[in-house]
Amino acid sequence: MDKIAIVGVAQTQYERRKKDETFYDLVYEVTSKALEDAGLALEDIDNVITVSNDFLDGRTISSMAVGEAAGAYDKNISTVEGDGTFGAFYGAMRVLGGFRSTLVVAHSKGSEGDIRCITNGMFDPIYQRCLGLEAVSASALQANAYMDRYGVTETDFARVSVKNHGNAKNNPFAQLPLDLTVDDVMGSQKIADPIKRLDCSPVSDGAAAVIIASEGMAKKARTKPVWIRGVAHCAEEYFLGDRDLADPKSLRAAAQKAFRMAGIERPLEQVDVVELYDAFSYMEPLWLEAMGFCDPGEGGTLIEKGVTTMAGKMPVNPSGGVLSAHALLVAGLARIAEAVLQLRGDAGARQVQGARTALAHGINGPCGQSHCVWILSGEK
Amino acid sequence: MPPSVEGFPREKPFCCGSRGEGKTSITLVEVRIMAAWLEGVEGLTLKGQIRVPYTWWVGEVGSRFLMALRDECKILGNRCKVCNTVYVPPRKNCGRCFVNIDAWVELGREGVVTAHTIVRFEYPLQPVKPPFAYAVIKLDGADVGLVHIVKKDLERLRNGVRVRAVFKEQRTGHILDIDSFQIV
Repeated sequence: MDKIAIVGVAQTQYERRKKDETFYDLVYEVTSKALEDAGLALEDIDNVITVSNDFLDGRTISSMAVGEAAGAYDKNISTVEGDGTFGAFYGAMRVLGGFRSTLVVAHSKGSEGDIRCITNGMFDPIYQRCLGLEAVSASALQANAYMDRYGVTETDFARVSVKNHGNAKNNPFAQLPLDLTVDDVMGSQKIADPIKRLDCSPVSDGAAAVIIASEGMAKKARTKPVWIRGVAHCAEEYFLGDRDLADPKSLRAAAQKAFRMAGIERPLEQVDVVELYDAFSYMEPLWLEAMGFCDPGEGGTLIEKGVTTMAGKMPVNPSGGVLSAHALLVAGLARIAEAVLQLRGDAGARQVQGARTALAHGINGPCGQSHCVWILSGEK
Repeated sequence: MPPSVEGFPREKPFCCGSRGEGKTSITLVEVRIMAAWLEGVEGLTLKGQIRVPYTWWVGEVGSRFLMALRDECKILGNRCKVCNTVYVPPRKNCGRCFVNIDAWVELGREGVVTAHTIVRFEYPLQPVKPPFAYAVIKLDGADVGLVHIVKKDLERLRNGVRVRAVFKEQRTGHILDIDSFQIV
C-alpha cells in the first residue's frame, strides 16, 4: 500500500446540547480547525467526504446541506452514511487512488432528534421495528449473550465505565469526565438488563474532521504525519437473530486484515494505545477479545490486571472513549483523531508516553454489525 | 434585556473594540456578566416532525410466512439447500450462499431462549409497557434466532428456558399475530 498519512485533525467540544450552533456551524468549525492544524489551505484539499445520517439531521441527502461548510464548494464531494471510521476509510481509498488529499468530516446533533425513534429505524420494518427494538435494548441482548457465553460479569463492565470516565478528566473535548466507583455504576438506574445508566454512553452533539494526505502532500503539511499502516472493515448479517452476538466475527476479520497489512503479529506487544468504540461498557472487553488482544472470555480481566489502564502496557481509551462523549457517526472519527494526537505526542494530560503504534476502531449498525479497524504509526 | 452594569450607559451601543474615538469600551467584568446572562438565554429553535407514510410490499416469501401466522397459527421457516441453514423469518435467498431458497419448513411453536433482556425504560414505539423482555428464540427446527417479546414470568426468564408462541385472537398477517412468547 502506498504511504498515506493523516496530517490534520479537529474535534468540537462534545456536549449534551450545543444550543447556539447548527450542524452546519459544527462542520465549518472542524473543517477550519483541521486545515489550521495541518497548516494547509482549501486549495490543498482535492476532495471531501462528509459523514452524516438523514434521520439524525432530519433531512434527506443530509450530506448536501454541509458541502459548503466542509470547504467543498468547487470540489469533488462524496458521502458515507455510517460511522466516521468508514468515511475515513473511503477518504483513504481516494488518496490511494490518486488524490493528493481528502478532508473527511463527520457531524451529528443527537439533541435535535429522538435517538430512540431514530435507532428503532435501523431495524427491519416488517419483522423487528414494530417490536420497539432500538440501540440500547438490542445492545442489552448482546451484553446478555456475552455474559452467558463466558461468565463475564456486570462488575467487569462497571470497571470499564470507571476507567473511561476517569480518563475523560484529561480530555478537554469530553462531555462526561466523572469520578466513579464500581458501586456507583452497579447502583445506577437499570435501563435494559444488564445495561444500567452508567454503562451507557451519552447522546452528544459534535463534529470531527481529519485530513488524509499522500506522501507528497504530507511534506507540505506542518504536522508530524501519522501514517496509515493498515485499515480494514467487515460486516456481519443484518438480522439480529442471524448473528452470534457473543462472537464478533466481523471485527475479528477486520482486525486480522488490518494487522496483517501493518505487519503486526503480536498485537498486545506491538500496539501501544487503543481507541475503540465503547458505546456501552460491555463493548470494551468484547471488542478487545475479537481484536485478538486476549482470548475470548478474558476481556474482563484486562483492567483488573492493569493492562488497559493509563498506567498499563496498552492503555485503552485514554480519551475517555465513547462512554464519555458520543456524537453518533462522529465518535469513530474521534477515535482516529485521538490516536493521531497520541502518535504526535500532542495528547496533553492524556498522552501515553512514547506511543508509536495506535489502533483506532469504529462500529456501524446494531451491536457492531460492522467494524472498521485502523492501525496508525508515528513512524514511516 | 442585557443586564445593566454600573458605569455602562444602556443607551450607548454595546461594542467591543479599541478605545478609539467615538467607540464605547467595555471591561472584562462586563464581558463576564454578559456571558453569564447569555448562558440562561434560550436560543430560538424550530420544532418540526417528519411524517412519512410507507406501504411496504412484504415480499413473496414474507406473504407466505405472515399468512401462515394469520390463517393457521403456524410458524414457517425455509432452508437453503447449499448450507442447510433454516431461516426464520424465511428469506427469498441465502445471504451466505447467494442462491435462491425454495424449501419450506414448518417450525414448532416452541423454542429455546438464547439471549434476553428485561426492558425497564418506556418510549412510545414499544408494543407493551415495561417491564417486558426481548428474547432471541431458537425455534424447534430453526438454525437462526427469532427476536420477539416475553411479557410474563420475567423472574423465571433465563437463557435456555423453553418458550411457546401465544397467538392473538384477531390476526391480520403481521409478526405481532404472535402476541408474545410465554415460558413453558
